[in-house]
Amino acid sequence: MNLHEYQGKELLASYGVAIQRGKIAHTVEEAVQAFKDIQSETGSEMAVVKAQIHAGGRGKGGGVKLAKNMDELKEHAGNILGMMLKTPQTPGGMDGAGKLVRKILVAEDTYAPDFDACKEYYISILMDRGMKQNVIIYSTEGGMDIEAVAEETPELVHKEYIDPHLGLLGFQSRKIAFNLGLEGKAFKEMTKFIAKLYAAFVGSDASLFEINPCLHTADDRILAVDSKVSLDENALFRHPELAELRDTDEEDPTEVEAQSYGLNFVNLDGNVGCMVNGAGLAMATMDIIKLSGGSPANFLDVGGTADAARVEQAFRIILRDENVKAILINIFGGIVRCDRVAQGVVDAYKNIGDINVPIIVRLQGTNADIAKTIIDESGLEVHSAILLKEAADLVKKVVA
Amino acid sequence: MSVLVNKDSKIIVQGFTGKEGGFHAGQMIDYGTNVVGGVTPGKGGQEHLGKPVFNSVDEAVQKAGADTSIIFVPPRFAGDAVMEAAEAGIKVIICITEGIPVQDMVKVKAYIEKFDCTLIGPNCPGVITPEEAKVGIMPGFVFKKGRIGIVSKSGTLTYEAADQIVKAGLGISTAIGIGGDPIVGTPTREAVKLLMEDPETDAIVMIGEIGGNYEALAAEYISSTGNKKPVVGFIAGQTAPAGRTMGHAGAIVGGEDDTAEAKMRIMGEHGIHVVQSPAEIGETMLKALGK
Repeated sequence: MNLHEYQGKELLASYGVAIQRGKIAHTVEEAVQAFKDIQSETGSEMAVVKAQIHAGGRGKGGGVKLAKNMDELKEHAGNILGMMLKTPQTPGGMDGAGKLVRKILVAEDTYAPDFDACKEYYISILMDRGMKQNVIIYSTEGGMDIEAVAEETPELVHKEYIDPHLGLLGFQSRKIAFNLGLEGKAFKEMTKFIAKLYAAFVGSDASLFEINPCLHTADDRILAVDSKVSLDENALFRHPELAELRDTDEEDPTEVEAQSYGLNFVNLDGNVGCMVNGAGLAMATMDIIKLSGGSPANFLDVGGTADAARVEQAFRIILRDENVKAILINIFGGIVRCDRVAQGVVDAYKNIGDINVPIIVRLQGTNADIAKTIIDESGLEVHSAILLKEAADLVKKVVA
Repeated sequence: MSVLVNKDSKIIVQGFTGKEGGFHAGQMIDYGTNVVGGVTPGKGGQEHLGKPVFNSVDEAVQKAGADTSIIFVPPRFAGDAVMEAAEAGIKVIICITEGIPVQDMVKVKAYIEKFDCTLIGPNCPGVITPEEAKVGIMPGFVFKKGRIGIVSKSGTLTYEAADQIVKAGLGISTAIGIGGDPIVGTPTREAVKLLMEDPETDAIVMIGEIGGNYEALAAEYISSTGNKKPVVGFIAGQTAPAGRTMGHAGAIVGGEDDTAEAKMRIMGEHGIHVVQSPAEIGETMLKALGK
């Protein structure tokens, strides 16, 4: 689960991590008040207006602006709120439709009074799958695309692995601060920053922290100026207060709805819908659609208890996509009985009424023969198959 | 000989009296699996499905000689259940539970390293040695006995592969579902190694997904052994977009090396018979065996 920048910063601050301070605003009026509050609380003359959407690269699309005075603040807040912000990470990238900005963060100008004396670092924490340990990745080259840094100057990207038994050790924080070239007060501040950041990562069951940039100010403070925080959804039962930070406005509405029915659904832009049990088989079915000349319109895992009601909900969701020219249902019945799924398909077909796209049903496993008979005798225009190969051939025929 | 589980395995079920654990324990017993009891803390001394219930894994080891455990405990307690099994001396721990927090698995993995045990899963369908032991949630009838081993990250795709192998006139020695989480106890390479060294396995089907580098490591291992046994490989997710999790917590394309294309290319370079279509696993295995 992804958090907004401001939510991520609040989480960090609750663990004592120093952050760039800011206030959230949904309207220009709120932004004006936020600017006044920030000025009186921080003494910051200027403010940064930052669009809050779940995508990086916001500055590239005009979603981050510096306001030098109240007039500029009003102008930027007015422009950014309600805009369709395009970034390299929004759907379709810079050529796509962008994402609606519903709120902005009005934040202190942490680069004052001496912009040139500031230095930006990159710090992230995640679980390294290969090492099966948490790792802190850091670099002196902050404020930039870290993948490009890793490609061009890999020697500037450092990694510190954390022992699962012992956690982050004191010397590791010091090593990071040394490698970032720090000394004196800034060195001490950085060791504290790293220790608290790691405590926040573990304490919140995060799957990713990315602080880019992490700022070394002119007066030797260390601050998180941006935050990208993803939390492990499987661990939210331990953090009900964090679970409430979910912003479904940032998610695909169809996917949110599918989730409420217990369906694992991902919207794609192809022309053949699919309904499958099991994530691996669902991905494999998408691959078959591609190999048969179509392109998958979705990923959909109906789960291990595919009953008639779920099958019907899944049908309705797939059919809402006007690009869908055919639907492939691929169920390998183990614990799930194929005859029940077949009955679900027949019932859904009758309940929904006007299904105008061809449907290919491949049911294999427990009671597959009975299932085929149910489909074949239903009188519906459904192509049935038992072998995966037959299903693939049917897709080929239908999309041709 | 067989891999991980056989007719002599003494199996206990952790989460025995729960809905899921109870259901699948019944299915396993019906299959003929040697289930010697189950563990539900606080219900020790009772009987369930005609088998004894123990308070702890340690008690099950002491009283029933358990050496294998299958875990159906809910996600928040599952990590603890794995560690309890390891500490009690269980040799093969199979964790079916889906949805265990990643940071729990980081600790579990580090803790169980000091014990002589093998963890399969979590978030997996389990392990089956046909006609001997079904220690999992797979439909047993699909897996006919034979000499082809299967290693897979996915549940239903494992059944699909087994079905094609059987329809091709072959059979299964042992099928291992390693699980689809970011951290699993036995990655692809280690599971393939078990089958490579198994005298009752002639060839291997290896099924992966996008995300991580397990298949690439397994491919390197396979070619380094001189590869006496044919391996047929498939990677699901050729059409999955980058950055989106596809059902399994571990199935997400992060970099260039964990796309399906990259993995298939690496597998091909190491002499694995890579199938583009998951519908061709059975026939490709026949060809690989020269039949």
